[in-house]
Amino acid sequence: MSLVEVTGLRVDFGELRAVDGLSFRLEQGAALALVGESGSGKSTVASALLGLHHGTGARVGGSVRVAGTDVQRASDEELRRLRGGQAAMVFQDPLSSLDPYYAIGDQIAEVYRVHARVSRRAARARAVDVLDRVGIADAARRSRSRPHEFSGGMRQRALIAMALACEPRLLIADEPTTALDVTVQAQVLDLLRTLREETGMGLLLVTHDVGVAAESVDEVLVMRHGRAVEHGPVSSVLGAPAQPYTRELLAAVPRLDAPRAGSTAPEKAVLEEAAPQGAVLEATGLRREFGRGKRAFTAVRDVSLTLRRGETLGVVGESGSGKTTLGRMLVGLLEPTAGEVRYEGRPHTGVNPAVQMVFQDPVSSLNPRRSVGESIADPLRARGERDEGRIRERAAELLERVGLEGAHYDRYPHEFSGGQRQRVGIARALAADPRVIVCDEPVSALDVTTQAHVVALLGELQRELGLALVFVAHDLAVVRQVSDRVAVMRQGRIVEEGPVDEVYGSPQDPYTRQLLAAVPALDPEAAARRRAERRELAAA
Amino acid sequence: MNGFTGFVLRRTVGTAVTLLAISVIVYVVFYATPGNVAQITCGPRCSPEQVHQVARQLNLDDPLFLRYWHFLQGLVAGQDYSTGTSVQHCSAPCLGLSYQSDQQVTQLIWAKLPVSLSLVAGAMVLWLLLGVGTGVLSAWRRGRFSERVLTGVTLAGTATPVFVIGLVLMIVVCGELRLLPFPQYVALTDDPEQWAWNLLLPWLSLALIEAAAFARLTRASMLETLAEDHIRTFRAYGVGERSIVGRHALRGAFAPVIALNANNVGSAIGGAVLTETLFGLPGIGQELVHAVNVVDLPVVVGMVLVIGFFVVLANAVADVLYAVADRRVVLT
Repeated sequence: MSLVEVTGLRVDFGELRAVDGLSFRLEQGAALALVGESGSGKSTVASALLGLHHGTGARVGGSVRVAGTDVQRASDEELRRLRGGQAAMVFQDPLSSLDPYYAIGDQIAEVYRVHARVSRRAARARAVDVLDRVGIADAARRSRSRPHEFSGGMRQRALIAMALACEPRLLIADEPTTALDVTVQAQVLDLLRTLREETGMGLLLVTHDVGVAAESVDEVLVMRHGRAVEHGPVSSVLGAPAQPYTRELLAAVPRLDAPRAGSTAPEKAVLEEAAPQGAVLEATGLRREFGRGKRAFTAVRDVSLTLRRGETLGVVGESGSGKTTLGRMLVGLLEPTAGEVRYEGRPHTGVNPAVQMVFQDPVSSLNPRRSVGESIADPLRARGERDEGRIRERAAELLERVGLEGAHYDRYPHEFSGGQRQRVGIARALAADPRVIVCDEPVSALDVTTQAHVVALLGELQRELGLALVFVAHDLAVVRQVSDRVAVMRQGRIVEEGPVDEVYGSPQDPYTRQLLAAVPALDPEAAARRRAERRELAAA
Repeated sequence: MNGFTGFVLRRTVGTAVTLLAISVIVYVVFYATPGNVAQITCGPRCSPEQVHQVARQLNLDDPLFLRYWHFLQGLVAGQDYSTGTSVQHCSAPCLGLSYQSDQQVTQLIWAKLPVSLSLVAGAMVLWLLLGVGTGVLSAWRRGRFSERVLTGVTLAGTATPVFVIGLVLMIVVCGELRLLPFPQYVALTDDPEQWAWNLLLPWLSLALIEAAAFARLTRASMLETLAEDHIRTFRAYGVGERSIVGRHALRGAFAPVIALNANNVGSAIGGAVLTETLFGLPGIGQELVHAVNVVDLPVVVGMVLVIGFFVVLANAVADVLYAVADRRVVLT
């Protein structure tokens, strides 16, 4: 009997059919990834395996058997025995997935005592055991910490420890590394692999990231609109995809080893001839501190960089590296504590219409109570345009320029998808006729196919309008695709800077090497090579 | 614990500044109030000469800042008052003498405060038990018939004025059933048992009104917590509903309940006028209303300062409780 048998699974939330006739099996000890973009129904499947839709109003049809339990027909008591005891789940956001009020060790012990008849003390000892097993140093002491005292990676380890506590036969991991930095992601994926080898448990991995799937499983099931598009061994699905959607998905995934698409080198040469010095934006000795006294914290220290006319400078780093603070100082949204930013050779303080910004979160960076047209009109009004007719005309023009329709002027942000909202954000940045646009993680909240479209749009605008771009991102592959030069940031400093092919091809700084080795590879063989590289770097 | 000492120090200074600001405001408001204070104090049958004498005796003709200066002097150093025939010494901190009775305001406060504190302390225990208990039950039984009944009852509780509840309780319990005598205040130090029996009805009627708000707040914050990701984690690990509701979700209701409680305790010290009047309890609230009616400035200032002090104190205690309940909170 298989560990998981799903036959004709349907899940309806009201009118919406989230999962539509999905069937698959997972054998004991095997690993399967459900891959798909947002809204494909992959997380809904994961919840259905544990019967988590019971009592939520969702209608579930078809049959789900997990470790011998018929999840559809099981009583509450049987479900409780299944959950955690036979099949344990690791969730996406490790901060919100743990109770903020209780010590981590107590939470693991509580779960353990649900499934094992042991004393409090024994359960607590078990918690320390599993924390130690997932690589939490000084586990006995750290088990008394509350979740907020753990870093993101440690919290995810703690959740995995909770899953391990009852020795389940199946581990369901729902986007287990999405909230983590790339180096931490690599550690967590390596940990999952090791644990699977040691315990022989089955793994069902839910992810939007094809690379993460390639790193961790043997089989892939690609989902779209609640249905299976393609299902097979990882090497054949990712190596020789049979379905057009799978091919499209794979083509959209930015690759670390692919050179920049549609290089603009010749045009750039022309531009540089026209302006010999070539620098539009120059930062010298930038430093930014937050807080005072004992809580003072330096986010950016001694950063100097030059942005040339019409080029794209990638700024890459992990969370907390200071890249967003740097971006904000470049557009004048933040005053540097020391150093200065010069635009066209003149120091610029405060906001300058020629230097605009595109923000990370397309949801919260647009005012939900104002139509998108009004948001785009703001920079026009700020420049003194008073004629309503001309404002509407120009805003409509900008909307069309970014691939939307002029008639969208009166629509509100919630009527648009994430990718469309980011296009609105770009239109707003263009409204002031800028020479420079600083993009702060412009595509990190988007699905890969949407991501590819937005990146292509930015490239197009850059060529047509001769814009210089600063592209701030944590995703090394995206940065490689769009940038001419790249700066790698760590702890507020630029550790390495140079032409993109040099930095990616022969990284000089050990941190850059570590970052590059941590990026998941699409091809399982390459993934194995990077794993070996990571072990080497860790040993060094 | 250095952080805690610092917190207490900062709060003490903050409280002093707040209370001084309150006293200034009360002085200015009363100075600007129309009407002849001396006439009101002396009574309707006083002759103009008598009124004039009262005004001089109470320094009513002095400019505002001078009168406030005297008030501050009394507060720091104490003061002597001549009350026609004798001289009364009022030692620091002196809040002055009542215009009406020549009684020292500090003594007046010491007489009224135990009544108000007794009322609020007992009522608080009851409203927390009733309110939080009802809230937990209705969050646990959400969507079922029993929850709808509980919600209806608490809504009715909020909507009913205290004098209706209090009167009904008195008529039924003391009048018809003769279970208790009609309430009459007995000091805790005199007879603890009688103290409790006599305060039972006032406690209950004040608590019934307040409990409704607590029930709704507890229910709402528990339901909010129940929708959070970490609850999903424990469900996905087979943890039982009783533990999820009683252990994890209830914890989420802590902070808002503490905040509301601080607010209610603070305001009930001086604001439970209706309950005090209905049950004939000579507390701060009643005294304050009376003093305002007869423009008895020193008493008003004194009572307002006491109320202000308890509001600030209740909030400081709430902040400490927050930090104890949630380790992420840092006291500043």
